[in-house]
Amino acid sequence: MRRPGAIGWALAAPALVVIAVFFALPVIAGLALSLTDFDLYALADLSTLRFVGLANYGHLLRTPLFWQALGNTLYFVAVGVPVSIGLSLGAALLLNSRFARWQPFFRTALFAPVVTTVVAVAVIWRYLLHTRYGLINQALAAIGVDPVDWLGDPHWSMPAIILFAAWRNFGYNMIILLAALQAVPRELYESARVDGAGALRQFTDLTFPMLTPTLVMVGIMTISGYFQLFAEPYVMTQGGPLRSTVSVLYFMYEEGFRWWNLGNASAVAFLLFVVIFSVSWVLLRFDREPGSNA
Amino acid sequence: MPTRRRALRRLALGGVAAAGAVATCGCGHSDDPRGPLNFWAMGREAEVVTELLPAFYARHPGVQVRVQQLPWTAAHEKLLTAYAGGALPDLCQLGNTWLPKFTALDALEPLDALVAGSRIQREDYFAGILDTNVMATPQGERLFGLPWYVDTRLLFYRTDLLRAAGFGHPPQSWAEWLTAMRAIKQRADARGARGYGVLLPLNEPDPLFALALQQGELLAENGTRGAFAKPAFRRALDFYAGIFHEGLAPLMTNTQVSNVWDEFARGLFTFYVSGPWNIGEFRRHLPPSAQGDWATAPLPGPNGPGVSTAGGSSLVLFKGSPRKPAAWQLIEFLSEPATMQRFHALTGNLPPRRSAWRSAALANDAPSQAFAAQLERVRAAPKIPEWERIFQEMQLTAERVVQRTQSADAATQQLDAWTDALLEKRRWLRARGHVVGAGT
Repeated sequence: MRRPGAIGWALAAPALVVIAVFFALPVIAGLALSLTDFDLYALADLSTLRFVGLANYGHLLRTPLFWQALGNTLYFVAVGVPVSIGLSLGAALLLNSRFARWQPFFRTALFAPVVTTVVAVAVIWRYLLHTRYGLINQALAAIGVDPVDWLGDPHWSMPAIILFAAWRNFGYNMIILLAALQAVPRELYESARVDGAGALRQFTDLTFPMLTPTLVMVGIMTISGYFQLFAEPYVMTQGGPLRSTVSVLYFMYEEGFRWWNLGNASAVAFLLFVVIFSVSWVLLRFDREPGSNA
Repeated sequence: MPTRRRALRRLALGGVAAAGAVATCGCGHSDDPRGPLNFWAMGREAEVVTELLPAFYARHPGVQVRVQQLPWTAAHEKLLTAYAGGALPDLCQLGNTWLPKFTALDALEPLDALVAGSRIQREDYFAGILDTNVMATPQGERLFGLPWYVDTRLLFYRTDLLRAAGFGHPPQSWAEWLTAMRAIKQRADARGARGYGVLLPLNEPDPLFALALQQGELLAENGTRGAFAKPAFRRALDFYAGIFHEGLAPLMTNTQVSNVWDEFARGLFTFYVSGPWNIGEFRRHLPPSAQGDWATAPLPGPNGPGVSTAGGSSLVLFKGSPRKPAAWQLIEFLSEPATMQRFHALTGNLPPRRSAWRSAALANDAPSQAFAAQLERVRAAPKIPEWERIFQEMQLTAERVVQRTQSADAATQQLDAWTDALLEKRRWLRARGHVVGAGT
């Protein structure tokens, strides 16, 4: 009994060491840091470092900008995730359609945004979103809509960021959903057609139920990814205008690397972890219950 | 002791490494005292400085300089991570409001003795600008940087519109300024045109900050508490918010004004509070027909010409550099009036030394001359590492007052409470006998 255990541990050791060094230790160090007031003064002279207990957390919960950042992030998640998954599902259905031509070409083309560099693409999107010369506003002008100041107006900055993020990410989920669609047995569609189900009925009563497990998985991954919104506002708006695109992670970045309050920044990271963890937990619950009835 | 402290710091940073704090950079610093100088500069200045170097090499054939360009948006965090990782360059261009941060980190070399032993005269610098480089240390006040170029805020205005409203010369006091703006607005309203007195972009803190500097201290108790609810700041805020509440300035951020120069040429506003870079921009962007109709003037004060902000960049020498003599030679070279004049010709950046202003390009240039007058009246921002953050919060507070979402009383008290909380560590450090603002 002992031997196989020992061998097992020996075989798992490299992976465990890597996890311990690159995951467990930093997390513990981060947690420890979040209980201190590590700042510029502590960086200069470690003897000024103070243990402050949960004061950083209390302070954050009383910081309006933190709540604003959380609100902005929830807005981004609540609108961005459905839009992004909707796009992915739509694209996957089109690609899976019997009438789709050049499927490999479109699959690659639609996946391309996922592998682009966010900074490079952001530059192009900033041109697209430009108030006067941007293609998006020119297209809107063609149908008689007044120009929108996408990145300058606090009401439109978040929709612009959502548009950009959804465009950049939908290809990834599309590939997963496409694989799930292709796994649905063709016979089911045949029998549905024999039973007289139209295209809509086939989608609601056959395709969608068959996709549910995949959709939940895609949903959880997208939600936890979208909660960590950072690169888009960092390169497109620097959190502005009027702080309308400050996400929790951007707020953490400013606290940590702009103002060098690493204690506060670590506390933000842990609060974000708690939020993502609880949302994922609720979603998994939500998934399990209808699943058990079926 | 310092080495132990440094070792401790390294150890602490090992833990922080998870947060990505340590930038280990292959380009870092070799300890060879004869190696090339690493000089970090920002934006356009970094491009231009290489054009100045041949003259330096001619004089110091043994020295090599490696200029690295940092984008302004990333410079601050790059410098801090370089400090944490022990990879700072030999010398650097530093925004002068960043000096308190790096002196708090004890990263900068005092320059007093070096300046005293050179041909550089401290009195030749505009006093307010040089003062931004002087920091308190346990040994007394020390000079930690030499100004490289200066920045301040004053009035750009439309001479024709001001004259049409009945004023032959630019306003000198707040009262005159208000009268002029009211007349301009009335004239525009009477003609059914959209015309404002002044453009003060709502997301730019500098105009309000300049007005507040004219009134007195922004922080109390040696820079450990906010003084925003005190009468001095309130007078500035009331004046600033009053301009908007009277409809003399549009409620716009600078992203909402799609093109400042177009709008200025069109007469949307007559006054614009801005900095030296706009001299060049106005010349480039205003249509030829409008070129004769603009001028600059010193910032009005509460009772006659007032002070303004003391901005710009300094050249600093890092304490850890093994090549200080060569690095100082470069700073000395860049600080010579002749080099500064060349630098001005290449960039339009205004020189901080009065003797450099004797060149024809500056002495005969009317828009620059208003800056020369203003530079005699500039005042340093509070010299604490947290200032940049308070500065931003100040503007967000002012914006709420301007938009009438909060009363000036409530807003300034809230800002004071926020500032006091932010500066708690400074009070604690002072209570323990640290000279805050400098390394221990």
